[in-house]
Amino acid sequence: MANATAAVTHGEHEPTTTGLDHRKLLMWAFLGSDCMFFGTLIATYLVYKNKSIEGALPIDVFDIPVTSVSTFVLLMSSMSMVMAYAWLTRGNLKAFRIWLASTAIMGATFLAFQMFEFRDFAVHGQLTPRTNLFGSTFFTLTGFHGAHVTLGVVWLLSILFHSFRKGGVTPEKNLDVDLAALYWHFVDIVWIVIFTVVYLFGVFEGFPGAAVSTGH
Amino acid sequence: MSQQEETRVEESQDAHSVHTGHPTPATYFKVAMALSILTAIEVGIFYITALSYAIIPILAILSIGKFALVVMYYMHLKFDHPIFSGMFFFGMFVATGVIFALMALFSWFLI
Amino acid sequence: MTTIPLAIPRPVHPTGIWSWITTIDHKRIGILYGVTAFLMFFSGGIEALLIRIQLARPEQNLITPEIFNQLFTMHATTMIFLGVMPLSAAFFNFVVPLQIGARDVAFPRLNAFSYWTFLGGALILKMSWLTGSAPNGGWFGYSPLTGITYNPGHGIDVWILSLQVLGIASLAASFNFIVTILNMRAPGMGLMRMPLFTWMTLVTAILLVLAFPVITVALIELFFDRAFGMNFFNVAAGANAVLWQHLFWVFGHPEVYILILPAMGIVSDIIPVFSRKPLFGYGTVVLAGVIIAFMGWMVWSHHMFTVGLGPVANSVFAVTTMMIAVPTGIKVFNWMGTMWGGSLSFKTPMLFALGFVTMFVIGGISGVMHAIAPSDAQQQDTYFIVAHIHYVLFGGAIFAILAGVYYWFPKLTGRMYDEKQGQMHFWLMFIGQNITFFPMHFTGLNGMPRRIYSYYGGLGWDFWNLVSTLGALILAVGFLIFIYNMAKSWRKGEVAGSDPWDGRTLEWSIPSPPPEYNFVEIPHVEDRDDWWEEKQRRRERRAVPVVAGGSDADEGHDIHLPQPSYWPFFVSLGLFIGGMGLIYLMNVDADGIRTLNWAALTVTVAGLFMGVVSVYRWSFEPVNDPEPDGGHAAH
Repeated sequence: MANATAAVTHGEHEPTTTGLDHRKLLMWAFLGSDCMFFGTLIATYLVYKNKSIEGALPIDVFDIPVTSVSTFVLLMSSMSMVMAYAWLTRGNLKAFRIWLASTAIMGATFLAFQMFEFRDFAVHGQLTPRTNLFGSTFFTLTGFHGAHVTLGVVWLLSILFHSFRKGGVTPEKNLDVDLAALYWHFVDIVWIVIFTVVYLFGVFEGFPGAAVSTGH
Repeated sequence: MSQQEETRVEESQDAHSVHTGHPTPATYFKVAMALSILTAIEVGIFYITALSYAIIPILAILSIGKFALVVMYYMHLKFDHPIFSGMFFFGMFVATGVIFALMALFSWFLI
Repeated sequence: MTTIPLAIPRPVHPTGIWSWITTIDHKRIGILYGVTAFLMFFSGGIEALLIRIQLARPEQNLITPEIFNQLFTMHATTMIFLGVMPLSAAFFNFVVPLQIGARDVAFPRLNAFSYWTFLGGALILKMSWLTGSAPNGGWFGYSPLTGITYNPGHGIDVWILSLQVLGIASLAASFNFIVTILNMRAPGMGLMRMPLFTWMTLVTAILLVLAFPVITVALIELFFDRAFGMNFFNVAAGANAVLWQHLFWVFGHPEVYILILPAMGIVSDIIPVFSRKPLFGYGTVVLAGVIIAFMGWMVWSHHMFTVGLGPVANSVFAVTTMMIAVPTGIKVFNWMGTMWGGSLSFKTPMLFALGFVTMFVIGGISGVMHAIAPSDAQQQDTYFIVAHIHYVLFGGAIFAILAGVYYWFPKLTGRMYDEKQGQMHFWLMFIGQNITFFPMHFTGLNGMPRRIYSYYGGLGWDFWNLVSTLGALILAVGFLIFIYNMAKSWRKGEVAGSDPWDGRTLEWSIPSPPPEYNFVEIPHVEDRDDWWEEKQRRRERRAVPVVAGGSDADEGHDIHLPQPSYWPFFVSLGLFIGGMGLIYLMNVDADGIRTLNWAALTVTVAGLFMGVVSVYRWSFEPVNDPEPDGGHAAH
């Protein structure tokens, strides 16, 4: 198949000006753009921090130990993802599939934590997106992060199923996996920021305007 | 554009030769350990009330460290073409600027 | 050929409607963009004429206040998002690959997707006239006017969803052009050898991918408020309506440069050709464009001087706004320097380019007046602002776009437009522009607020409003001549030849209209203005007349181009259907009680399902069938 130079697949493997692949360049441009997407959501959250008039506040609903666990799961899914990629480039398809499946499972676990958390906030904390400014900004920010994770899980599972087809996923075509991995890690680093800015800063007792006790 | 490097025309560079400089699974595992430890420190330090406001810069630095580890090692920016870093960090930079500008405009820093 | 699961037979329609629906040729997509955008532009023009006719005399009642609100909202939204932006995109598509010596863009199918999604967004907006629920909140949709309390019905939802769909189209196109320009330049074309239009396309695309996510989030927040009763702009819950203004203008000001930088690029390419001199201070012009794009992020609050942000914020934004005039001024001086001592020829493209420079300078100067915060307090929300924006966007962007249309028309069609009619068009436009918009400075300084549907006589506004209306009619006549000229010349114009202007950039080195593969042989670039230099080199080497390359079209037969595809169209169709459904997702009655509209939900889900299925088909469809090595571009 490498001999098919006559029919150079346009936009795939032909030489490029920078020597870099089109799709990878697009992926990084997309991630730069997505920074602005989450940046604006975080900005809205921060502008409205401590401006809620009624209803539950971060300190009333957040459970740091539980969220720490889900954060840890998402971090480890990033490691799992990079392992899958490393094994693919080394030609070990079996290890690749195991790590990829575990990444998707950890992603799904994170989503389960999030759903549990949202439900818990609504039932026990009486906090919904309509309750107050904190509810609106928090659910929208973390909800869109969750939507990103969901899309990532679907993408990873698609690759996983595709890898069972003959020639579906090969070391030569590792870029297909590389792109999904970049997206996955990006979702992870967004969560790193959200965990600190929203969760930890949210319940820190000395923080301007926050309540007087951590509640733990 | 932050990248104005001379045009380099490389004849053919198949996908995996780009990744020859990538770290090994052992390195990835070490990074994961570092990430776990940093998260543990974050959560632990969070309960030390004596730190008061000092906790904000400490937590910020710790999370920047985690962020940097993932971006540099897992996303391979440390080993990849600088144009990728340029694209990503320009977006990051503008986003951070907008966040801080809006915080300033809504009286976060000036009483 | 290996069987690819999920693949269905590739579209093979060389002509007819399906050839256009499935096309991924950047030149055809450019034509689609251009024709659609001009149709939208004319519909926005008709809206403007209705506004002008209503305002021609005091206390007229030709149009109800409700319709008037819809007219000015639709006019502005149309002109910015369906007129100037896609017209620029038409040039990106048609010109950029030719200027960098490429056979297509980096992602041909994504390019088709951009166009069809743009069309979907445009239809969502314009179809609202038929349902009677056209948006009426002004093009920047200030809160709380767009809230459900003050704006029930679905007009604002139409506006939100159409902008979201258009945003997806613009983002996809911009990612495509960033990659195309960085990655598909002909050998030897370093960044500092790129034509100015290509440079400004790159800068615009980078601005766009960073600016559009901001409005996307703001619109999502507004939609959540309206549909689900969230609190982002609900003052009763402690929210601050000014946040909308900030988010809108964080996007909105870079957006202004998204509109004007491509225009500057077009003019920077045209003036050297018609002066027969290289662009004066190439590096400076490039740098000025980059600086404008960067500083464009630091000036947004000058739209909000009268909000009461306080002296510190107002001062900071006043200073940054004045500073941004510097790189703009540098460009103007460079254009003048290019013409200085050149052998000028005043063909229609050059006339429009000069019209751009002069009109843009007037608009720029009134812009600096707005930068002075105390002075702006007098001008805010008056016709003075309306005059300013039309000098920079109509006298500026539209003049440059028309310059580009005349300049590249022979390349696009292979035929020459009618020069006499072109000149007539220009003078009608130039005179009409000034008669329409200059008096608005006077009515504005006399205190006439913008967006009023009528006014009392005797306030000193009567005469100048009548003059403005007459000017608008002159503009309309000018555009009728333009349409006639274009339609006729496209079919019957004189054959233009490959290089009618003695051009400087690579697009003039290939036949007109360009063959499907553009370049028989990818050129090797040795200089800035390479085609011009190449012509000199060839003259030196052998004393034969220089003819553009690619004379023997048969040579191109073994060039493999990406094949057409159905899927981009169907992803866009899914987005269009989903967007239409989302508009009507929630019914809110007079008491604020929300009920789910199941029919709308069904439509939304059906649209999304169609989109997702098509994305999968697209992902597993190889770029070229015979190549077993398929793409997996899930984005």
